[in-house]
Amino acid sequence: MDGTPAAMGDDSWEVAGRRFRSRLIVGTGRYKSLEETAAAIAASGAEIVTVAVRRVNLSDPNAPMLQDFVSPKDYTYLPNTAGCHTANEAVRTLRLAREAGGWNLVKLEVLGPPPYLYPDMEGTLEAAKALISDGFEVMVYCADDPVAAKKLEDLGCVAIMPLGAPIGSGLGLTNPFMIRSIKQNAKVPVLVDAGIGTASDAAKAMELGCDAVLLNSAIAHAKDPVRMAVAMKAAVEAGRDAFLAGRMPWNYQADASSPMTGLIR
Amino acid sequence: MSKTIAITVNGEAREIAPGESLAALLRAIGLDTRKVAVERNEEIVPRSTYPTVALAAGDRLEIVHFIGGG
Repeated sequence: MDGTPAAMGDDSWEVAGRRFRSRLIVGTGRYKSLEETAAAIAASGAEIVTVAVRRVNLSDPNAPMLQDFVSPKDYTYLPNTAGCHTANEAVRTLRLAREAGGWNLVKLEVLGPPPYLYPDMEGTLEAAKALISDGFEVMVYCADDPVAAKKLEDLGCVAIMPLGAPIGSGLGLTNPFMIRSIKQNAKVPVLVDAGIGTASDAAKAMELGCDAVLLNSAIAHAKDPVRMAVAMKAAVEAGRDAFLAGRMPWNYQADASSPMTGLIR
Repeated sequence: MSKTIAITVNGEAREIAPGESLAALLRAIGLDTRKVAVERNEEIVPRSTYPTVALAAGDRLEIVHFIGGG
């Protein structure tokens, strides 16, 4: 008997020529400690982790570093531009990340103002253009806007990552139709990035046909992050299998599962 | 002639010896150069050049590393 592709482990995906088995990308922020970060990420099964670039603390140069707990030898680091509100800030940040890490696969985000931190597509497009011409492979956080998503793909972005809901909101997929539309129009991987609140949200994103899911707070801010990491791993696999299996049609009336013949009288 | 020159490191004013190399500054701060990246006046400084980059008065340095983020 055939197993399902996701469960059998032969359902890998590819971004910028790199192949991955896990369809869950996790952030490394907002945990109580670096120990908890390491434990939750291990439990998630993720192979790619997002990381931020920040000034070193000059008064405490020997403070423990993320790399000592989540090694770039074990995980593909995906440096982000969190906190950047202009294209220039984002480009400078990722050039520093490339120098610090020596790789060119990055997550670009150029954000609008609080309280929504909604993607600033004008700044995002400008930064994407600059980064791609500088040799970066850009996975891009973007609005759930099929027109903007196509422009980013045409520029050469290697993955399109529309938000499910605002960063850290945990509101889930507020616009599943647009996520699905973006996926249907794209030739590069599409990931839901931001907004996932719980396991069913991640499963839903995968059921829509997304190639992977990127989340952070849903695990880090759960009461038990390690257990939520386990749940997210299972949800992404379940959602992927459900998508590949092809769901049954919606039917607005009953259709009995048991035979209607041979009933006792 | 002044014995030191003023530069800015991560937004903080700092006095260093004239002509001090970037490598010497990083050593003085106590940083593992394998885990940081440096921008000097908004230009990346390749790690291999740290010993030969002589810092100049008014230089603005950003020294960064990876931390947890989403």
